[in-house]
Formats: sequence, C-alpha cells, structure tokens
Amino acid sequence: MQQAYIQGIGCVSAQDNALFSGTVRQHEGNRLPVADPDYKQWIDIKQIRRMGRVIKMGVAASHISLEQAGVARPDAIVMGTAYGCLADTGVFLNKLVTQNEDMLTPTAFIQSTHNTVSGQIALMLGCHAYNNTFVHGAFSLENALQDSLLLLAEDPSKQILAGAVDEITDYSHNILSRFRLYKNASTQNLLQSNTHGTIAGEGAVFFVLGAEKNERSMAALTAVEMLYNPASEKETFAHIAKFLDTYGQPDLLLAGRNGDTKNDAYYAAGEEKLFAGVPVAAFKHLCGEFPTAAAFAMWMAAGVLKNGAVPAAAMFKGKAPAAPKKILIWNHGGGKHHSLILLSAC
Amino acid sequence: MSGNVWIAGGGVISGIGQNLGQCMAAFEAMQPGMEKMRHLQSVHAGTFPVAEVKADNEELARKAGMPAHWSRTALLSMLAAKEAWQSAGLGDISQYRAGFVSANTVGGMDKTEDFMKSFLDNAASGRLRHVVHHECGAVTELVADALGIRHHVSTISTACSSGANALMYGARMIRAGMLDVVIAGGTDSLTRFTLNGFNTLMILDQQPCRPFDDTRTGLNLGEGAGYVVLVSDEIARKIKPWCRISGFANANDAYHQTASSPEGIGNFKAMEGALKMSGLAASEIDYINLHGTGTQNNDSSEGRAVERLFAPSYPPLSSTKSFTGHTLGASGGIEAVFSAWALREGIIYPNANFTTQMKEVPFSPVTHFSKGHALRHVMSNSFGFGGNCSSLVFSKE
Repeated sequence: MQQAYIQGIGCVSAQDNALFSGTVRQHEGNRLPVADPDYKQWIDIKQIRRMGRVIKMGVAASHISLEQAGVARPDAIVMGTAYGCLADTGVFLNKLVTQNEDMLTPTAFIQSTHNTVSGQIALMLGCHAYNNTFVHGAFSLENALQDSLLLLAEDPSKQILAGAVDEITDYSHNILSRFRLYKNASTQNLLQSNTHGTIAGEGAVFFVLGAEKNERSMAALTAVEMLYNPASEKETFAHIAKFLDTYGQPDLLLAGRNGDTKNDAYYAAGEEKLFAGVPVAAFKHLCGEFPTAAAFAMWMAAGVLKNGAVPAAAMFKGKAPAAPKKILIWNHGGGKHHSLILLSAC
Repeated sequence: MSGNVWIAGGGVISGIGQNLGQCMAAFEAMQPGMEKMRHLQSVHAGTFPVAEVKADNEELARKAGMPAHWSRTALLSMLAAKEAWQSAGLGDISQYRAGFVSANTVGGMDKTEDFMKSFLDNAASGRLRHVVHHECGAVTELVADALGIRHHVSTISTACSSGANALMYGARMIRAGMLDVVIAGGTDSLTRFTLNGFNTLMILDQQPCRPFDDTRTGLNLGEGAGYVVLVSDEIARKIKPWCRISGFANANDAYHQTASSPEGIGNFKAMEGALKMSGLAASEIDYINLHGTGTQNNDSSEGRAVERLFAPSYPPLSSTKSFTGHTLGASGGIEAVFSAWALREGIIYPNANFTTQMKEVPFSPVTHFSKGHALRHVMSNSFGFGGNCSSLVFSKE
C-alpha cells in the first residue's frame, strides 16, 4: 500500500500542544468539550458569527495543518465526519417542528449538509481540487485516509488535506445518553473505572499528506486498514495478526480504551494475545469517545514520533518506550468497526 | 493502478418506476413522476409536486425483506442494490472481494423527524428505534448486512454529487486491486427536512420542473436509489458487461456554499477532468445526461460550462430529473444507471416539459425518447452544494 508523510497537523480538541510538555487538561463529567481556540486567528470576524461551531473547528484545524506544511492550497480535500453538522441540523429540525414548517430561514439548512466543512475549507482557500466527505460512523476518518492514499498512489506529486471532525450538541448528547453510552467520570480515572459507559468527546484534526518526505515531515502514515463486522473476536485477532505479520510489532500500541468494561475487555484480550510485551497507551481519556476520535490518536502519535517521547498521561500499561519508531492505533466501535492505523518515525 | 473498471449491471427505483424496466417504460411513454405528495406528511403537500416512489413503507419493506419501521432511505437502497446485483448475473456475492459504497444526504432523517416531535416536548420521550439509524452510514450498513457485503462498506455525502463520487471511489478501489466487485451509487428518501430546506432557498418549483428551459423557476424534489455493479477486467471477462467507466473527475467550484459560479468553473473542471481521463475529445461524447435541476442558477452555470467545453457542436443532451425529480444523494447513482443502460441499448432520454429556448446557451435539450443509436461514449454530470462537482464518462468498449 502507498505510504504517506504527514507534513503538518492541526488539532482542535480538549487538549492542545501542551500535552507534550506535560500539561493535561482534566475534566469531570460525562461530556468532554474541545478547548475552543480563538477562531479569529483563521476566520474573518464577520463570518465567525454565522458559522457553525463544527465548521469553525474544521477550518481552524485545516489552517494550522496547512501552515505547518507550508502548503497554501492543497491538491485535494478529503474528510470524514460521522455526525456531520449536528448543531445546524438541530436548529433547523427544531424550527421545522415547533413552527410547523413555517417561516424557516436558510442559514441553518445550508450549514447542515455533511459536506459543509470541506466545502467551506475549499471556499476559503479558493481550492478547485478534488473534494470528498465520508460519513460512515467509525470508518469516516479511515476512508478519508484510504482515499488520500489512493490519490497519492495515482499521483505522488499531490499534497492532500485530510482530516475528520465531529461535534457534540445538547440534542445529540441527550439522545446518545439515552442509549446508556456515557457515565460521569473523571478523565484522570476513566481508564481504570471498569464500569459501564464512557465520556463523550468531540474534535477536529486535519493532516497534510504527501508521498515524498520533506524537511517538515513529522511522521509517516504507513498503513490504514478497516475490518467490518467480524463474526467473532477470533476473526478480529486473526486479522490483526496478519497485519502484524506484514508490518511487524509496534513499539507502542495506542488503544481505543474508553473506560467501558465491555469495550475495554476486547482490547485487553487482544493485547494479551497479540501484543505481549508491547507497551500500551490510550487516548480517549484525553479526547472523549466519538466515532472519529482516532484522528486525535493520530495527532498524538505523530507528536510522539516527532518528539521522541510519550506523554506520561497517555500511558496505560508497560513502560513508555524511549524514542518509539512505530505506533499502531487500534480502535474499535462496538466491536463492529475495527481500524488499524500505523504511523512510523521518519 | 491499472486495468479497466466495467459496469456489470444496475438497478434503480425512483418516482417513475420501481425497477429499471418500469423507469424505461415511463421515459418511452413521456410520463414524469411528479405528483401531489402522498407518502411524505408535510404542510406543503398541496404546494410542491414531488416525484415520490409510488409505494408506502410497508410495501417497500415487504419487497426489500426488511422491517417497515426502518428508514425509507434504507428500503429504497436495498431494492435498487438488489436489482443491480441480480442484473449482473455474478451469483453468490460471498465468493468475491465485494464492496458497497453508498451515498446519501439524509440518512435516517425521515424517522428522526418523527422522533423530534416527541423529543422536543419531553427529552425523555420519542422512540429510540427512530434515531438508531439516523447517521448516513447506519443506513448503508443495514443494506450491506442484508446483501452480505463485508470487505468494504462506506458512505459518501457530498450533497447532490454524492452518488457520482461513490462510483468514483468504488472504481478506484477496483483499479488499486483492493476489491473485485463494488456495488456503488446512492439513495435518499424524501423528508420534511430537505423539502423545507430547499423551500427556504426558494428554488422549489410549484409546477413540474423545466430543466434547460427559459421558463424554469426551480426544481422538484424526488426520491429513490440507483446502483451500478462495478467489476474488474477479470470478472468482466466472465460476463457481458453493459459498458466501461472510462473517465471521472471531482472538482470544487469554490464560489459559494450553495450557489454555482455564473460561468460554472467547478462544472467545467469536472467535465474536462473526466474527458481527460477517458482520453476522449469532447466531440466523441454521444450523449450527456445533464445535472439539469431546473433552477435558474444550475442550468445557466452548467449550460455555460457545457458551451465552453463542447462549442460549436453539441451532442444530444437532456436532464432525466424532469422525470425523476431531483433525488439528491441518489441522483448520481440513478443517472449513472440510466447512462450506462443508454450505452447498452442505444437510448437517448427525453427532457420533459421543454418549450422555450434558454437565452444563456445556444443548445436545447432532446425532447423525445429514442433508441437504437450507436452510442459509444456517454457523460453524466452531478453537481451540488458545497461546490462539489463530479462528472462520469461511460464507454461502450
């Protein structure tokens, strides 16, 4: 499979770059919001007021990544979002119902479509290139990455802006809570809580991906694989074992542990069977649980590979490796969607 | 990254028929599908004609072999995807590395709307089974699971160009050697959400829509699903494929969140890119299935882009949305099926309701159904909100 180099990353999440200097934002509750940056840095003040929050998050993250990569206008924009623009969807739905389909205004509808963020980024950059949005739950990010790798295989000269966004809104949190997904917890103890439920999260992460290594390259995106709807744990583990045969054992496993007993038991079984002696780190106690959370894990992994050190707050099991060369992100959504994302030092 | 990608079959359900045969009969009889709303419950039922699939959810569910309380988006998807797979004559799908790439824009919104009524009264009420398939991807998985597809499942949402992008992604995965067969296209059901959304933009026509006509005043919404079966060279050798997908391109207009640039920059780039990949000159295109929504803005922008690329001689062209309405995320899939079938059967589709030449462009659409043409290359356009523009080119060989 085509490999890509990460030339820049922008991340809007509950954490920020301070994570790598040892500062971690802790949180209590069942909902972990992003620490909103000052969006005026990237967006015209007149536009900010009307722009949905998830769009602002995405625009900010994309700008940071492009700046880091020194790319003014990418050759493709590819992103993933499981939920799309929930806030504007909620506003339009609310008015639709309460006003009985009368006297509605277009702004919320316009900003409710799933491709609003990628369209807005293209618009702000004046970018006429390939533009795509995947909306497939816990495979949204992974398909955006796979599409990017295909684009690079087809034309290695391209610089691709790839990423993922998802937001929490009051409606979505309320409704998802009724499915008994969340619990009140402290992010500090979430991974050890060993009870039912987790903490909801959100975030936006964008990467600039290129086929050629350059002086800005932070890490290599070596492989992306998805496993859909495995019949059993056994099948999942056979799939991962095959992946490890091809790419070798990582120096660090970054697992999608989220503090939910059942969710974490899957990882525990896999860690024991497939990753003996491999130290394990986690990320969802830092960003919360959401379908595109693996994008935050990629931001973290690329930072670790670049800095040559794992933040203590991320470690879950074993000793943090010194200067790791290979980090494997294994994330699953309800056991039905498994993704493997391998990042390597460059 | 080599080899061809072939169309082995296709299936469609729309306001003019529940399968491809019924749709063809409607074109031949010049019977567009717009009528007064019967299945969608809306205060605008008497105002805006729509091209609904002429069946209630119980009937669709029975035919699809799915529960009737599932989203209509999934029921429509299943019926078209099933027809597509059967038409390909490839037997048991489990013997292939198979993928399902389905596009939609509304997901399970039809059910979420019902849920919201109770939920807004009391946040503890509303049946959760009405929101469990709200996400676009959840609808795709219901169908993938029913079809027994596991190697690859994904969902694309780029507004009205979604379905075309699904074909592109599927074709590229086959070319890269990742999959042998992909069922690719799109689905969308009518919802109050989209109906009211388009109404706020004031681009819905209260009369039957008139694409590429000077008197056009907007679009009619439709619903449905359309899928093609994409296969590799190796699989294509075992069957008689309809045609080949020889070119495609995705470009962005980068002009406005909903409106097209006056000169159709994105539209032009998409068509130009698709032609370039197919290695064809514009003069070699024998028919264009236009995006042709019937709005002032789209038809004028698309028309000017067509003029820039094709002048001075234009192939026959038409918008089948004058029959099916604008089916949003499904339209790229439905029109890909129509375009691929046109090549196989030598059909040129009519553009309904055409009376008056547009001032902005020198050409006019075809107004009568005809078949038996020796078509070699057909282009299909899909353009949407967010500046998303995609064009596909299908070739006989």
